[in-house]
Amino acid sequence: MSIRERLSGNEATAYAMKQINPDVVAAFPITPSTEIPQYFSSYVDNGQVDTEFVAVESEHSAMSACIGAEAAGARAMTATSANGLEYMWEMIQIASSSRLPIVLALVDRAISGPLNIHCDHTDAMAVKDSGWIMLFSETNQEAYDNMIMAHRIAENKDVMLPLMVCQDGFITSHAIENIELLEDEKVKEFVGTYKPEHYLLNKKEPIAVGPMDLQPYLMEHKRQQHQAMENARKVIADVALDFEKMTGRKYEFFEGYKLEDAEYVAVCMNSTAGTVKNVVDNLRENGIKAGLLKIRVFRPFPGDLIAKALEGKKAVAVLDRVPLLNGTGGPLYEDVVSSMFTQNIMVPTINYSYGIGGRDVTEDQIHKVYEDLQNLKDMSNPYRFLGLREN
Amino acid sequence: MYNVKEVVANKPSRFTSGHRMCAGCGAPAVARMVLRAVNENDHVVVSNATGCMEVSTCIYPYTAWTDSYIHTAFESASATESGVEAAYKSLKKQGKLPENENTKFIVFGGDGGTYDIGIQSLSGAMERGHDMTYVCYDNGAYMNTGIQRSSATPRFADTTTSPAGSVIPGKMQPRKDLTEIMCAHHLPYVAQTAAVGNFKDLYEKAEKAINIKGGKFLNVLAPCPRGWGYATEDLMLINKLAVETCWWPLYEVENGVYHITYKPANKLPVEEFLKPQKRFKHLFKPGNEWMIEELQKETDLRWNELLAKEEMTNKNVNE
Repeated sequence: MSIRERLSGNEATAYAMKQINPDVVAAFPITPSTEIPQYFSSYVDNGQVDTEFVAVESEHSAMSACIGAEAAGARAMTATSANGLEYMWEMIQIASSSRLPIVLALVDRAISGPLNIHCDHTDAMAVKDSGWIMLFSETNQEAYDNMIMAHRIAENKDVMLPLMVCQDGFITSHAIENIELLEDEKVKEFVGTYKPEHYLLNKKEPIAVGPMDLQPYLMEHKRQQHQAMENARKVIADVALDFEKMTGRKYEFFEGYKLEDAEYVAVCMNSTAGTVKNVVDNLRENGIKAGLLKIRVFRPFPGDLIAKALEGKKAVAVLDRVPLLNGTGGPLYEDVVSSMFTQNIMVPTINYSYGIGGRDVTEDQIHKVYEDLQNLKDMSNPYRFLGLREN
Repeated sequence: MYNVKEVVANKPSRFTSGHRMCAGCGAPAVARMVLRAVNENDHVVVSNATGCMEVSTCIYPYTAWTDSYIHTAFESASATESGVEAAYKSLKKQGKLPENENTKFIVFGGDGGTYDIGIQSLSGAMERGHDMTYVCYDNGAYMNTGIQRSSATPRFADTTTSPAGSVIPGKMQPRKDLTEIMCAHHLPYVAQTAAVGNFKDLYEKAEKAINIKGGKFLNVLAPCPRGWGYATEDLMLINKLAVETCWWPLYEVENGVYHITYKPANKLPVEEFLKPQKRFKHLFKPGNEWMIEELQKETDLRWNELLAKEEMTNKNVNE
């Protein structure tokens, strides 16, 4: 029997980490993910886990220590947000290129500047092409469930890549929701123990990690990294099936909500999906065929599946929780549109920048999106802003 | 009793030949001697900051290190090793590693990776008390990228970012005293050493550091023939002059108590150390005598400060 509880997203994440019982956690506090290492430290200091907690002096060192620990043969985890992830950026690349299945809890927050501590996805999007598997979570339950599945995916021999579980800062990290937790024993059995093939602490087989890798080999190593990300697709699906068997909770690459027969579709990630679902229900009551495509697996990007799911729709809106600063679309928009293009699926698709720096995402705003989709005539400028004060 | 022949004959080098460091470079001798000081039965995980030593000893698919080795980035060697050491503690505690095996944790970084870009990571790891020995091979500039000034570069030295120009005659700031900064961390063991004579000072300090529990720091002078401008065969002479002039004093600080391990009977003027080096060539032009005087003053001030610290801390112990 699962355990019914009421937890915030941060509590749920810390609780999952307690049940996973990693060998090393190295973390540095940053709003809004600070509570994760806080809760976790109390597990350490009260002897509820076997973990060595490394209270590093920065996020750069947090990721460096995780790399050291994971390369040494341990299971290492960390948590961060926004500038913390940016400060790790250099090491984020080194973690994935060293093929170390570190797991990171990312509580999404706007990156500076100017300083803002509230939710958007600029932090996650700044590392989107770094060779990490990225799972997004609409609710506390999903943040917990994704975390329980994380190690099975990351540590798979055909994958061996780091993984981050993203959730929305404050919106889910600090909001208390009903949640179904698994028993400790079930988690332990599901996650299993980490048995690396090669590791620094193996005296019988000393190894060198992080060599100088020049013209003769780097390209082949990057090709292998690419393959690992490709291999992750099947592993993510397999692990989700096992998870469903244990919990009854089904996880796919994305969730379609009233998507199949929808004519107008919004694509988004994380907590906004909850608001969109309400609006979709409302529109359906009024005879408008609205639907939602909520992406769970952002990396590896399930482009072909998404394109097929959007085929034949009248219009699509991709909601990017980032500002548009590149003279082209937001990252999610670019990925969705190019996935459709490569499959020769042509659907009018527009892009919204929304919810920046924790700007409230209201049902009125989402209604506006579906209204726009129903009246889409001019595609000369597909880039729009949602919830922006115009004066 | 230390015997160089016995050490070299009986303790095989854990840092092999075939690496690509320059002839006359001080750093490989430091790495080899420090690793020789490890108990032969112990395993070592070396963490190496980006720099000359890293780029010339571990070029895929080769390595000059017979122990386990990790390189992550320029500034992260200490933090990386703190993760390795935390993993060791955790796995050992859980019975996931053989009980009868010991692992030592040794970090190598140049002055760029230690004094400058890596000082935060080093300070953090040392404050947290990880059981590791940090070895800085100090060649007084960013040599790997082509001799740019660092905070370890001596005053007036000619480097590619502090060239001896017609208006500004080299680096204008005195060098940072990192050994003293590490002393201020109140570590169980901090030492400054160099590969002088028969390597006794270096070997004994390394051996001591490696066998003390906690965070230890060794600052080792590692001359660079390209950056300093001396003939490759003069490496040992340059080391000797640095020590004999008291420009690079040999000392150790054990639990706060200073011990100067070598006091020259006849302290040479600092110009003896400067003279054979091209980076100080402009100091010997007529009209530039003041620069040598300034460096002499700085050397004397620091040496006297060290003598006073030795006296003071030993007095505290004796009381």
